[in-house]
Amino acid sequence: MTERDEVIAETAATDVFAAFEGDLPAAKRWWSPRDLGRQYLPALIAFLLVILTWEALTRLLAVETFVLPKPSEVMASFFETASVIWAAGMRTLLEAVGGFTIGVTLAVITSLAAARWVGFREGMLPFAIAANATPIVALAPIFNNWFSITSPVSKMAVVAVVVYFPVMINTTRGLLEVEPAELELMRSLAATPAEVTRRVRVPRALPFFFASLKVASALSLIAAIVAEYFGGPQDVLGQYIINRANLFQFPDAWAAILVASILGIVFYLLILGAERVLMPWHVSLRASD
Amino acid sequence: MTIPVVEARGLGKTFGSGTEQTEALRGIDLVISSGDFVSLIGPSGCGKSTLLRLIGDLVSPSTGTLAVNGKTAEQARVDRDYGIVFQSATLLDWRTVEKNVALPLEIMGFGDEERSNRSRAMLDLVQLGMFKDHYPWQLSGGMQQRVSIARALAFEPSLLLMDEPFGALDEMTRELMQQEVLRLWDETGTSVVFVTHSIPEAVFLSTRVVVMSPRPGRISEEITVELPRLRNQDTREDARYFQLITEVREALRRGETGAGS
Repeated sequence: MTERDEVIAETAATDVFAAFEGDLPAAKRWWSPRDLGRQYLPALIAFLLVILTWEALTRLLAVETFVLPKPSEVMASFFETASVIWAAGMRTLLEAVGGFTIGVTLAVITSLAAARWVGFREGMLPFAIAANATPIVALAPIFNNWFSITSPVSKMAVVAVVVYFPVMINTTRGLLEVEPAELELMRSLAATPAEVTRRVRVPRALPFFFASLKVASALSLIAAIVAEYFGGPQDVLGQYIINRANLFQFPDAWAAILVASILGIVFYLLILGAERVLMPWHVSLRASD
Repeated sequence: MTIPVVEARGLGKTFGSGTEQTEALRGIDLVISSGDFVSLIGPSGCGKSTLLRLIGDLVSPSTGTLAVNGKTAEQARVDRDYGIVFQSATLLDWRTVEKNVALPLEIMGFGDEERSNRSRAMLDLVQLGMFKDHYPWQLSGGMQQRVSIARALAFEPSLLLMDEPFGALDEMTRELMQQEVLRLWDETGTSVVFVTHSIPEAVFLSTRVVVMSPRPGRISEEITVELPRLRNQDTREDARYFQLITEVREALRRGETGAGS
């Protein structure tokens, strides 16, 4: 055995790293039925308790239907009017998703520009933050006027503006919040600014981007329905809710609200799913134990 | 006579301006030849990391001249003449181990096949071949640092810069990593500049120990380590090894008192 072989043999013999393999933390399988059950069972029980209490109290205290309908009445209406409210829901969803897509696309473009050019960022961000704090849905009557009240485009415009600011501000923050050590590493590799954006800034920004998309998904349905309240075609959720409420058909109004909630939750879950597919490395997916 | 890997003449670095000025380094003369393993050692504030970062063109000198492979430090960086290992592994969380090692190769425009061949070979070299599909957070600190060494060596640079790479590791892991670095140095033939504040580490690894002293940072002494090129656990019990440790320690003390006068 040469001296060098001895060195190598010794290194191999004392290599404690190999022993770690079995103990490595595993990636959590977020889709595992057992985990889902364990995670969401308490919430499910709480939900059922609220519904049962609601039903019991409205019966016990003889609450009038126009004040607060019983869950059973809402459910009856939900199934009776299913074809109408789901059709209305789909039209509203189209406005929400259309506006969401436009708003998010513009926000991402702005964010990339803001991360790239300091002057642009410093000139624009204060206004964006101010705009984000103003109640943008108040613009709905004006947008109805600009884009024709009968067209879904006027509602999409409101949604797009509402969605734009939180997504743009958060994504910009993510693109800028990069570890100095990572920038130094990229400098040592003589990487171009475009390389740094692509390989470090964008992956770093993804958690911020998805967090803002989750907020934006809820905002988009709210904005679409509120924009509908300001007028337009009658076959959408916002107008349906107003009309049924005006006719004192409150269980119908509640059933439509239920449709809106279901759509909002599904939209949110789709984004959550996209996040987990696109960011398998994310901290929240690591086994906690 | 071949061109030295690093040649610094009267190199100085001052941070800040006006009354806020701090002189981090003054009058550094240093020549590192191909195949050298040079450790920079000294108390905190002696500018040893700054000197390494000057060589890597992560900061620019205020005075003096510096050549890396006969070029400016900037040109050497652009030519990817060196690989760098930081104190923290600085792996990208969203990339698997293999993709982290492949990062420099991607930036340099290597093709898919060459990239994966090279990064796998590098991972085998640091004995992490079977962890190629793991994410960094699934590895221990020592393993992460080995990935970062594999990344630094992936494009076969002529110079490896290491900035206290084992500072955050426990003693056991540290000794294994030192053995590992010596093996890589021997197998790849790269020159190494290694910043540390551990005297035994500097002596165990280096062909030459550069002792630095603070306020302002400068080189106070250089000690040639006359140990066999290949070292193992027995080296750590060698009388000559202990003698050299004492020499470095005394040089550090002389540097400290010198700074006070």
